[in-house]
Amino acid sequence: MLALTDFLMLGAILFSLSVAGIFLNRKNVIILLMCIELMLLAVNINFIAFSHFHGDLVGQVFVFFILTVAAAEAAIGLAILVVLFRNRRTINVEDLDTLKG
Amino acid sequence: METLYLIIVLAPLLGAIVAGFWGAKIGRTGAHWVASGGVAISTLLSLYVLRGFISGSTEVFNGSIYTWMVSDGLKMEIGFLIDQLTAVMMSVVSFVSLCVHVYTIGYMAHDEENWPNDSLAGRNSYQRFFSYISLFTFSMLMLVMSNNFLQLFFGWEAVGLVSYLLIGFWSVRPSAVFANLKAFLVNRVGDFGFLLGIALIALYCNSLDYVEVFTKIPDLAETQVHLLGDTGWSLVSVIGILLFIGAMGKSAQVPLHVWLPDSMEGPTPISALIHAATMVTAGVFMVARMSPIYEFSETALSVVLVIGATTAFFTGLIGVVQNDIKRVVAYSTLSQLGYMMVALGVSAYAAGIFHLMTHAFFKALLFLAAGSVIIGMHHDQDIRNMGGVRKYMPWTYWTSLIGSLALIGFPGFSGFFSKDAIIEAVHHSSIAGSGYAYVLVLIGVFITALYSFRMFFLVFHGEGPRDHHAKSHLKESPKVVTVPLVLLAIPSVGIGYLTMDSMLFGEWFKNVLFVLPQHDTLAELGKGLHGPNSMIAHGFMGPALYLALAGLVIAWIIYTKMPGVAESIKTRFEPLYRTLDKKYWFDEIYQFLFAGGSRGLGNTLWSKGDRFIIDSVIINGSARTVVRIADWARTIQTGYLFHYAIAMILGLLLLLTWFVIA
Amino acid sequence: MTFELFTFYLFAAILVFAATMVITRKNPVHSALFLVLAFFTSAAIWLLAEAEFLAIVLVLVYVGAVMVLFLFVVMMLDIDVATMRAGFVRNLPLAILIAVAMVVEIFLVIGSGSFSLENFASPPALPADYNNTRSLGSVLYTEYMYPFEVAAVILLVAIIAAIGLTMRKRPTTKYQDPGKQVRVRKGEDRVSVLKMDAED
Repeated sequence: MLALTDFLMLGAILFSLSVAGIFLNRKNVIILLMCIELMLLAVNINFIAFSHFHGDLVGQVFVFFILTVAAAEAAIGLAILVVLFRNRRTINVEDLDTLKG
Repeated sequence: METLYLIIVLAPLLGAIVAGFWGAKIGRTGAHWVASGGVAISTLLSLYVLRGFISGSTEVFNGSIYTWMVSDGLKMEIGFLIDQLTAVMMSVVSFVSLCVHVYTIGYMAHDEENWPNDSLAGRNSYQRFFSYISLFTFSMLMLVMSNNFLQLFFGWEAVGLVSYLLIGFWSVRPSAVFANLKAFLVNRVGDFGFLLGIALIALYCNSLDYVEVFTKIPDLAETQVHLLGDTGWSLVSVIGILLFIGAMGKSAQVPLHVWLPDSMEGPTPISALIHAATMVTAGVFMVARMSPIYEFSETALSVVLVIGATTAFFTGLIGVVQNDIKRVVAYSTLSQLGYMMVALGVSAYAAGIFHLMTHAFFKALLFLAAGSVIIGMHHDQDIRNMGGVRKYMPWTYWTSLIGSLALIGFPGFSGFFSKDAIIEAVHHSSIAGSGYAYVLVLIGVFITALYSFRMFFLVFHGEGPRDHHAKSHLKESPKVVTVPLVLLAIPSVGIGYLTMDSMLFGEWFKNVLFVLPQHDTLAELGKGLHGPNSMIAHGFMGPALYLALAGLVIAWIIYTKMPGVAESIKTRFEPLYRTLDKKYWFDEIYQFLFAGGSRGLGNTLWSKGDRFIIDSVIINGSARTVVRIADWARTIQTGYLFHYAIAMILGLLLLLTWFVIA
Repeated sequence: MTFELFTFYLFAAILVFAATMVITRKNPVHSALFLVLAFFTSAAIWLLAEAEFLAIVLVLVYVGAVMVLFLFVVMMLDIDVATMRAGFVRNLPLAILIAVAMVVEIFLVIGSGSFSLENFASPPALPADYNNTRSLGSVLYTEYMYPFEVAAVILLVAIIAAIGLTMRKRPTTKYQDPGKQVRVRKGEDRVSVLKMDAED
């Protein structure tokens, strides 16, 4: 039978992969954004699994909201990226250090 | 009766308020009438109360008039306790005050000469002066009529305030301002102890009412308090000594006596009223009032005795070398206050109060006489410039003579009875320090006679004033000055003879002053005496009288017959003379130790505490630290997105690890 | 091994593979496409967990909208892939270390048996006429009404922000200004009469 542990482990692996992705592709903002999407996906899998095993729909409601926010985040993030590229002609994170103290 | 007592207290206050606030409107005459009138009412009513007690028609009154607040069971009230002791004090205070009021009309008549032209402070100074002395009368009456410690403290501080205002009355004189500040500060030292004593009483008795406290004190006689470390101190002793520290400040006992001689910067009437007759005796009154406390602590009594004897002797010695007429009288006052304290120390409270009363009359008389001479000499106070005044001022001369004889304890005069009673009480006492005190008070008698008559002969006998201008103007003072002198001279002579039997040995203070049987030196003394005449006869058998006469004679020889002797003694005993002339260097030591010390402390706190610790370290230092930390911390902010991401992930990992481990 | 379990493992394997590809591909276009694959497979897994509505939404919204947006942007921007890849190998050990540490720690927690079938029994299959969309909607529109409205506002904000950020006006471009057009008054704004000398 399919156990809750299976879902949770899948989510954990997915989450760790996206963390590794952030380390590997630390210069490319687009891949970073994708990794964040992947992370959210891992979280959503956990929510769905718990919702399923608890027989409680609230977990799915949460996933719904996370999807909403993630969509909004992706839209704004990509918009920022476009503006950034327009102004700096690059999306290399190493060139973006105006926050430097 | 309650209304009567309220009138006694409030009449001078009313006078003070009217003369103070509407002085300009009512003018000089109005001011001195309203102020003297208020005090006259008090005097008459006080004498009425006193007569009531003498005839036995007046009951002891103890009740509160007004409750200010009640805090955790501790009542703070205004109330009166009127008994024989209070009646005596009220009469003495209001009577002397009245005499001084009348005298002031003459003394301050030309006060505008004491102020610079167009001085703002000098405007209406005459009215202000009357307002102050009336206010003083009110405060002093509040003090003596109080039935609780709070009101006692109020009166205590109020008389201190008025004393401060009056010493510095001529505020354009730097020396006066210095003197009033000194008086105020030295009194603060005493008041600090006084307040602590009251606080201890409130703490242990949970009451400020005299009668309640006195009933609780015997139960607390064995109580120990821990002040420093584990040493236990008897509670009653601590309370007694703390209260006495207050008395030391107010009654100018060594080592807090330094303010009294300087207080002579004030006008002479207030020197007579406040710094001789009444306020400085507040300490004596207070200790006598607290006799139920002091009786349970031999330690406190010994402290009172030793301090009193030391003051009586050593300040008397200084009086011998002073040349300022008022200062001589001031040191004499110090010495006599010492005598009163000695009486209290040997549990002869009645003798102390008796001496307080007689002293109030003859010392006020001496001061006012000195003031009269000062008026005649146009405010020259140096006795070396005087001489032969007798011819010009007969009234002043004779009243001064009476005052001086009373002061040295000439048989029959009031001072004789009170002082002899004290000396004999010390003689009969067995309390620790009584031997020391007996020797000092005996020699003190000789010294008293010496300085009194040194001044008397220098001022009134011998050649006329050296300054011919002064000589030509020298004449008897006006009636308003001489009448109070006569008024005061009468009790100076007779009051002792009349009242000594009932006050010292009789029933008068029986229920007021509490004396344990084993301390009762007066009763022992009274066994062999029957009436004033037998006391005079007894006086001829003791050494005190002969010592006084010896002092008188020596003064007569040195200062009238052989004028050169004084100078040669002075050169012969140069170190002694210098010690006395410098008043044992008390002022210098205090200046160096306390004034210099606090200035040094202030400087240190300013340069080290304020400028270094607060300014440099705390304020600028904290700012610099923030800058330094921020300088370092800003390097963490690389501005690279992935650094923040890595930090987040590492934090997440750490949190996870913590959850797993924990 | 039941069919259900087999399906789960199959899709899980594809999902992990796709995710690995997302983070390792050189070309961002490939990454984006692998991400599409990852979303598809996880939608399948959600179906296994009886979350049909969300599975469809994931495919429609993510694959249909968000990922297309990603592809758009990737293709729109001229990205120098070579510089982006610099340091990839250098970071590999650290990345693997952290990822493995994380997986191990999470496994320590969830593998302890607390979430096993004994504690969380597999729920019985829902009846055939059960409507996931209806029941989700009935929760969402009643109990979560306000959060739902807030989510709508967030989306609106995202729309406005995205437009506001990316829109730009070139000085040379000609625009119509309807506001100005409406405010024109008859007479002085439309017609102006000039006086001029007659010319030859």
